[in-house]
Amino acid sequence: MTSAQRNPQLNANGELCHLLSIGGLPREIVVHILDTAESFFEISDRDVKKVPLLRGKSVFNLFFENSTRTRTTFEIAAKRLSADVINLDVARSSTSKGETLLDTIDNLVAMHADTFVVRHATSGAPYLIAEHLARTGRDEVHVVNAGDGRHAHPTQGLLDMYTIRHYKKDFSGLKVAVVGDILHSRVARSDIDALSTLGVEEIRAIGPRTLLPPHLEEMNSACVSGTRVRVFNDMSEGLRDCDVVIMLRLQNERMTGALLPSAREYFRCYGLTPEKLALAKADAIVMHPGPMNRGIEIDSAVADGNQAVILPQVSFGIAVRMAVLSIVAGSGK
Amino acid sequence: MSLPEFPDAEAQCRALADLIRPEISPETLLVGIHSGGVWIAERLSGLLGLSSEIGQIDVSFYRDDFAEKGLHPQIRPTVIPFPIEGCHILLVDDVLYTGRTTRAAINELFDYGRPASVRLAVLADRGERELPIAAQFCVWDVRLDRAQILVLDKNGDHLSWKIEQ
Repeated sequence: MTSAQRNPQLNANGELCHLLSIGGLPREIVVHILDTAESFFEISDRDVKKVPLLRGKSVFNLFFENSTRTRTTFEIAAKRLSADVINLDVARSSTSKGETLLDTIDNLVAMHADTFVVRHATSGAPYLIAEHLARTGRDEVHVVNAGDGRHAHPTQGLLDMYTIRHYKKDFSGLKVAVVGDILHSRVARSDIDALSTLGVEEIRAIGPRTLLPPHLEEMNSACVSGTRVRVFNDMSEGLRDCDVVIMLRLQNERMTGALLPSAREYFRCYGLTPEKLALAKADAIVMHPGPMNRGIEIDSAVADGNQAVILPQVSFGIAVRMAVLSIVAGSGK
Repeated sequence: MSLPEFPDAEAQCRALADLIRPEISPETLLVGIHSGGVWIAERLSGLLGLSSEIGQIDVSFYRDDFAEKGLHPQIRPTVIPFPIEGCHILLVDDVLYTGRTTRAAINELFDYGRPASVRLAVLADRGERELPIAAQFCVWDVRLDRAQILVLDKNGDHLSWKIEQ
């Protein structure tokens, strides 16, 4: 395979050297990340919550877009691996003074960065960085996508898969509903990529027509794992007999964009209430990537109920990010 | 170097238990190093009549060759099901060689607390140490070519030795 055809996330030996998107990753790599995360999970329960794996390495958190949960959990993950973590509030510094993204990267590489954790409002920004590093011969520097535009949020997708595997043990035979603003959601895209890679029985995309990407069902012919994608505009119909319900955050700015009539109307049609959840299987789990809008996409009775696994998702996220950071850092050896 | 005649690993476990028995108290806690050490620790626990569950350590996150070799492809969780603060620990492994695995295991143990003592029991000692580490209990001294990797194998429930080149 020539380097032009090669998946930019994998090195010549097929090892994961950057994590940019779940789409295009071989199933074995996804499973390997989940398995590795399982070993990291118990470290958080120890007296000393640290292992020496990345001692002396520098992880740069490069968030061009706001984030609390993702940035904090990446920071905790890197620190538990004994790496030095540098948080850059890029939105307020060099870029606002006119520096280009790649100039910022070159400067940080000159400061001996080992790994970049990047969030950017523009889809593809982490790819641009990874390509730039490859072009300039700095293959030892790694990039982890922490969310790019509407494109992908792979570590969220992976921690969602970890959560599902933790509670449901096996992916085959599962019906998983993804509910809400799928059109603008990078979480939804990464979840759908991961769920089809791992071969769940059915993915149900539930939302109003204005917030669903067109041609979703066409994924069926492209999906090798046999996962079926179904689209529902009626939430009650879509939730019936589901094993997992993934709620998406409704971004407030959508309300003003004429895509939705009102928050109250949205909650009536697509908010997850105990009554609607009762249509899913009795042991169905409810997930949400956060931050939650109570009373808009999810009722407090559900968010705080015993089927919600929203806080465990956050804890699993640390172990998954530890796995990703250590796997990419260990590639190419 | 020709392959030596391999001793019976099951009989070696019994001999190791006989060596250990007079030297330990019933409160001693066993911690096996994955994978061979865990299998031996399971045997020893029964043979020595110890009531406490055994601990299991995977040293992958503490290895000193991460920078050269990266992450081990198969990692199992470390499980230490008891508080180790002030306890007497018997670390168990199949083969003692350079001493680097033992070093990593001791470092990992100390991240769980401060044990009163740590001793080491192994079935085989290959010599050629690169660190000042010694086993208190060992039943087989063996010298092999550097390219030969001596590993304990589990077939069904039976332990036996094999060489991986």
